[in-house]
Amino acid sequence: MNWLTDFFGDPAHWSGPDGIPARLLEHLAFSAAALLLAALIALPLGLWIGHTGRGAYFIVATVNVARAIPTLGLLVLFVLLLGTTTVWPVLIPLVALAAPPILVNTYEGVRGVDPDLRDAAYGMGLRGGQVLGRVLVPVALPLILLGLRLSAVQVVATTTVAAYAGLGGLGRFIIDGLATKDYASVAGGAVLVVLFALAVQLLFTLAQRTAVSPGVSRRQRVR
Amino acid sequence: MDGEPLVRWDWIWRNWSTGRAGSIDSLLQQHVVMALLPVVLGLVVALPIGLACVRWRWLYQPTAGLMNVVYALPSLPVFMLLLPATGLGPATVIIPLSFYGVAVLIPAVVDGIASVPDHVRQSAVAMGFTPLRRLLRVELPIAVPVVLAGLRVVAVSSISLVSVGALIGQGGLGNLFTDAFKRDFPTPAVVGIVLIVALALLVDGLLLAAQRLLTPWQRARGSA
Repeated sequence: MNWLTDFFGDPAHWSGPDGIPARLLEHLAFSAAALLLAALIALPLGLWIGHTGRGAYFIVATVNVARAIPTLGLLVLFVLLLGTTTVWPVLIPLVALAAPPILVNTYEGVRGVDPDLRDAAYGMGLRGGQVLGRVLVPVALPLILLGLRLSAVQVVATTTVAAYAGLGGLGRFIIDGLATKDYASVAGGAVLVVLFALAVQLLFTLAQRTAVSPGVSRRQRVR
Repeated sequence: MDGEPLVRWDWIWRNWSTGRAGSIDSLLQQHVVMALLPVVLGLVVALPIGLACVRWRWLYQPTAGLMNVVYALPSLPVFMLLLPATGLGPATVIIPLSFYGVAVLIPAVVDGIASVPDHVRQSAVAMGFTPLRRLLRVELPIAVPVVLAGLRVVAVSSISLVSVGALIGQGGLGNLFTDAFKRDFPTPAVVGIVLIVALALLVDGLLLAAQRLLTPWQRARGSA
């Protein structure tokens, strides 16, 4: 266990552009940007397909293939093709990783709303968009948030791999440590990423508890 | 990438089967073993734990909570933390992937057994099935679709996750990615992605076929 004190006890690891706080911020920025972009694409698409029922086949097909795509391979390919002058070679694979769980859970959530509830909303005089916003989304919220949580945890985990392509983030400690056979750095970086992922998991679980309307107690799991 | 094609076919033919350790066919073999062993191990471990959770309901909440945490653990860092114990061998990749398998399959087993209709269970009891025979002949067969759905998720993500092991030299086809990166040569990366996705879809299809074979009554009813 003394590699832990080697790594965390060294004051040089706590400041500067390759210190823990800076790397943590980089990691957070990459992950948040990827998750945000993925949500901007997948949330409206999932809501639309779930609401209209059009293109449901597209979801099943995409999600199956997307789950199989190895992010490391996609990352290497984009870095080789586009270079590392911009962050896109890293962001594109991360978005490709994060979008499917959001898409499928949003779709399943909206589609799974009790048809009677939907009819009642129409019967009360709400229009299509209002039904979606005031009834379908609140009722589907547990699943939508579950999708966001699964995506967030995966993105935080996979941003680690981005360091392999020469970008920043907590993965740097692992990749650089492997290259220089500095196991204290490898293990310290690994511990940081694990803690980060668990914190994200906890945060989203709490958000799920507080954001979901108390009337919607149904808890379902779709992966 | 001036003038360089995305895929150099001659490289693929030359490296498909050289008989040496890094040839594409040997990496594919290694990949299949490293990806599917965790699926089998995961099922073998998850089945008794899942059944125990069905038998003793109070076990399920804490187990599910723990498995949620396990599933959130990032694979690459976990590989690294295992290194001192397992060394640079395939076990470093196989052990964490097996844990992910267990984490997904325990809820699948529990939900599967819970999907057995009560009247079916009562009929089995009334017909004089002992608890063990009821489990083997009635409950587990009915649970097959739910368990296999979990198995498909585990198999596909395991096939894709093995490639991360390439960063410690144990990634099967993932080694093509590190190879491509080191040599600034995209062809191996393309080959790796295509083979991994193809392998995942093949295994997914086989599991789907297995489900149809194992649940003939669903076809007879016309619902599958």
